[in-house]
Amino acid sequence: MPISHIHTPQTAAHNNGCVLQVKDLQFSYPDGHAALHGVSLTINTGEKVALVGPNGAGKSTLMLHLNGILNGPGLVEIGGQRLTRENLPAIRAMVGLVFQNPDDQLFSPTVFEDVAFGPLHMGLPEEDVRARVDDALESVRMSAYRDRLSHHLSVGEKKRIAIATVLSMNPSMLILDEPSAGLDPRARRTLINLLRELPITMLVSTHDMALVKELFPRTIVMDEGRIVADGLTKEILEDEELLTAHGLEKP
Amino acid sequence: MHFDAFDRYHEKESFVHHLDPRVKVVVTVAFIVSNALLPDGAWMAFVLAWVFLLTANLLSQLGTFYSFRNSLIALPFALIAVTVLFSIPGEPLVSFRVLMSHFTITDAGLLKFVSILIRSWLSVQMAILLVATTRFPDLIHALEHLHVPLILTTIIAFLYRYLFVLTDEVFRLLRARESRSAAASGKRSGGGVLWRARIAGHMAGQLFLRSYERSDRIYNAMVARGYVGHLYTLNAHEMKSRDYYVSALAVAVIFILQVIGRL
Repeated sequence: MPISHIHTPQTAAHNNGCVLQVKDLQFSYPDGHAALHGVSLTINTGEKVALVGPNGAGKSTLMLHLNGILNGPGLVEIGGQRLTRENLPAIRAMVGLVFQNPDDQLFSPTVFEDVAFGPLHMGLPEEDVRARVDDALESVRMSAYRDRLSHHLSVGEKKRIAIATVLSMNPSMLILDEPSAGLDPRARRTLINLLRELPITMLVSTHDMALVKELFPRTIVMDEGRIVADGLTKEILEDEELLTAHGLEKP
Repeated sequence: MHFDAFDRYHEKESFVHHLDPRVKVVVTVAFIVSNALLPDGAWMAFVLAWVFLLTANLLSQLGTFYSFRNSLIALPFALIAVTVLFSIPGEPLVSFRVLMSHFTITDAGLLKFVSILIRSWLSVQMAILLVATTRFPDLIHALEHLHVPLILTTIIAFLYRYLFVLTDEVFRLLRARESRSAAASGKRSGGGVLWRARIAGHMAGQLFLRSYERSDRIYNAMVARGYVGHLYTLNAHEMKSRDYYVSALAVAVIFILQVIGRL
């Protein structure tokens, strides 16, 4: 079956290959708990990067900064544009954030309406919206689910729909928070194949080290609000001392 | 992420905090009833009631004007009484026209309006002080001791319990929408008003479905841990002599307020 891919994002092309740049990002929650202590990272076009680390390391907090839901002091640049209050809507079109719990992501009654929300909000004409919804559902292999009720789907199906809801916005990069959590082996396998085939830059936070090994050439390790390692996955997975120190296991 | 905007309890080791919750509930209710019974324009009694309130504030170590500062949220509700300004017959004070109709404020109407405003404002302040100095389970427990029907206390307790769950859920829904509310260059984003209203309607529906299912799960978890219809608290409820003195004193003060108000 031929797979129609989402069009290559326009925005990523003209900025020296760098989609995402974060410099010295800090953040404390209102209760005073410091979640990020100066995080810096760069992700280039087409890279697929794993973000690993124990619970409470600051992975989700970092991800919520990348499309401006949280705003800590520091620099966040997407496609060469600094994230500010003014260009927030434009940034949100470029960064597709998929929440860990798909129930948090899907708020419309039917799959179609949920996937169409992003494009409709962007003010696209109807035929564009329909085309984008069809493309997005096709690329997560869920075309048959177009008119189903989101909250009756299985977790694996919801997860793929959640990915489609951001793909329909033609983002420059995908950010996924623990995509394989709570999936049965078959749903997990489908998801892995899907992530491998999607021709889009992605940053994926996960505890699934087998997934990391299989899918991501580059890995970033976070612990206690800092990046403690950033490099080739195969080198990081060989460094048992590093893995043990940060509560991770070799797959 | 937790949303505790509704929890008004302030941890303190004050005299008022340590009173038996029953005493606090009874005094609060007596105070509110007394306010409602004071005649219009009983200024002296209103002032004394406020002094009583300030004393309670002071004793609770929350700051003399704690309840005053927090009482402004209730002001809009007092506006319901605004019609009495125009509807009580008396000497006209001011007349004006709004949209083809004449409105006349009378002296009797003004007196009644100001009195209602003061009464409700005093009552709200006492209630604010009550929830600021009493933990919620203690409050429910006190109501049970006072023979409020179990069905009522259970409804209140669950309402309170699920308020937080509901706001958490709202928070997540809003965040999911926000994160996909994007704009394309050269296009007006946001969609039409009707479309936005429909999305909001869907979200309200989703909120209902999710909270309904979640409340089921929470209830099952409570039953699994032995819940049979009572909320328990570790704070022993035992009337000490101090509690009796305070109740007697408070009731006496409220009685004197009533007498002064009718002189």
